[in-house]
Amino acid sequence: MLIKRSPNGIDLPYSSEITPRELFESRRHFIRQLAVGSIAGGALLEMAAREAFAQTGQKLTAKPNAGYVVMDKPTAFKDASTYNNFYEFGTDKSDPARNAGTLKTRPWTVAIEGEVKKPMMLDIDSLLKLAPLEERVYRLRCVEGWSMVVPWIGYSLSELIRKVEPTGNAKYVEFTTLADKKQMPGLSSRVLQWPYVEGLRMDEANHPLALLAVGMYGEVLPNQNGAPVRVVVPWKYGFKSAKSIVKIRFTKDQPKTAWNLAAPSEYGFYSNVNPDVDHPRWSQASERRIGEDGLFARKRKTLMFNGYSDVAGMYAGMDLKKFF
Amino acid sequence: MPAALATLDAAQLKRLKALLFLAALLPFARLVIFAFTDRLGANPVEFITRSTGDWTLYFLCITLTVTPLRRLSGWNWLIRLRRMFGLFAFFYASLHFMTFLWFDHFFDVSEMLKDVVKRPFITVGFADFLLLIPLAATSTNAMIKRLGGKRWQWLHRLIYLIAPLGILHFWWMKAGKNDFAQPILFGLIVAALLMMRVYWRFAQGQRASGVARPAPSGQ
Repeated sequence: MLIKRSPNGIDLPYSSEITPRELFESRRHFIRQLAVGSIAGGALLEMAAREAFAQTGQKLTAKPNAGYVVMDKPTAFKDASTYNNFYEFGTDKSDPARNAGTLKTRPWTVAIEGEVKKPMMLDIDSLLKLAPLEERVYRLRCVEGWSMVVPWIGYSLSELIRKVEPTGNAKYVEFTTLADKKQMPGLSSRVLQWPYVEGLRMDEANHPLALLAVGMYGEVLPNQNGAPVRVVVPWKYGFKSAKSIVKIRFTKDQPKTAWNLAAPSEYGFYSNVNPDVDHPRWSQASERRIGEDGLFARKRKTLMFNGYSDVAGMYAGMDLKKFF
Repeated sequence: MPAALATLDAAQLKRLKALLFLAALLPFARLVIFAFTDRLGANPVEFITRSTGDWTLYFLCITLTVTPLRRLSGWNWLIRLRRMFGLFAFFYASLHFMTFLWFDHFFDVSEMLKDVVKRPFITVGFADFLLLIPLAATSTNAMIKRLGGKRWQWLHRLIYLIAPLGILHFWWMKAGKNDFAQPILFGLIVAALLMMRVYWRFAQGQRASGVARPAPSGQ
């Protein structure tokens, strides 16, 4: 087995190097795979450990994509669905789970517009059918210094991008989250400018790791996790992954993103996970894994690009301290 | 009712003090119970840090309320509770600091100090904690005697600096998120409590013009 070493010498438990054959030869991996629930119908351990009341969502079938499964133990569904930053439903981490019941995820349409040859309005059902659904287990690193491991369901954002045929002018992709006061009580606070806008450079959006997600833990997305459709960009801090998307716009200029507008010195446009670039108020060198690094455990080291070193090429020659 | 409260005998005061002592321990008891029953949520360290920080600010506000309330109500026995409230502010500040040192830095003192030097928000919180130490250390009757009432009082006016610095620490913590509702509320409360003192001092100074220092009426 090939083990990649990150610059700081930590083994990247990156499953893209693991072939299915090895998977069956190595009992350890088999058990680990079982534990991460990435074998179809084999999420038994997870299921058993899960509290019965925790998952009530609609099931969603997806084929595990072994190329995109980290070996880390997935975070409990209960933690992943009750500890959220989704300010449209309140600024406390327990607010979204409490308040997001008012979000109506059907009918739902996503407008795709801007620098594309084929602008379109896609409803959620056509989005679900646009490409085969895959399950991918990604690390999620929040800019606040905590992390989770989440089995998402979706497909590469590039599948959608290909379909709408961006023009030569398309340099960036901008994602807009729903902003409806009737459904989102948090909009009355002025913590951020609404609607929430996030964005990626075209090459980032086209990177196969960038996921358009419609589900997690074998089910459709819970509202508080960004239902019915969101992006997941695992090598960037969590806030870059826009939730409950209603508009995807291809642009010539760099999008004006919500957190960057709110505090430009703290949240850059790129916001790649980077242990060497501190947030002004705390270090980003380490992180606390939710559910594991509890009271009596040391925090774990944060990996460059959250361990997704494949993406490094896109930033070759860029000063990542300047473009943080 | 106010007539009954205006004077408390020693036994009543003792009972009230015991009751308030137990009540002030409730936030701590809650954390301990939550820790042993797995109810600290997905991020226990964050929960404990926020809870102990909040309670430090609550007790700073309560401590600063004693004198104005005593003055407005005429309940002189309130002064007998002030030390306990102040010490509880120190107690929760110590837990807050310990959470930072233990759970956040795992007793890596050099890493912790790096944080203190590098980040204004932590610098202020740390300095604020250091300022509380001499007040807690000189809170006994013996220390009041040793320092002499006047010097002791001057030292304990540090609280007028400690409370605003605590709010600044909280303000900067919330700054990145533009979420100022709570720091503003704390700021207004502390500002009101301090302004009352400024006003009284000014009014008193006018009345007692010519007198070098007004009699300390229970700062």
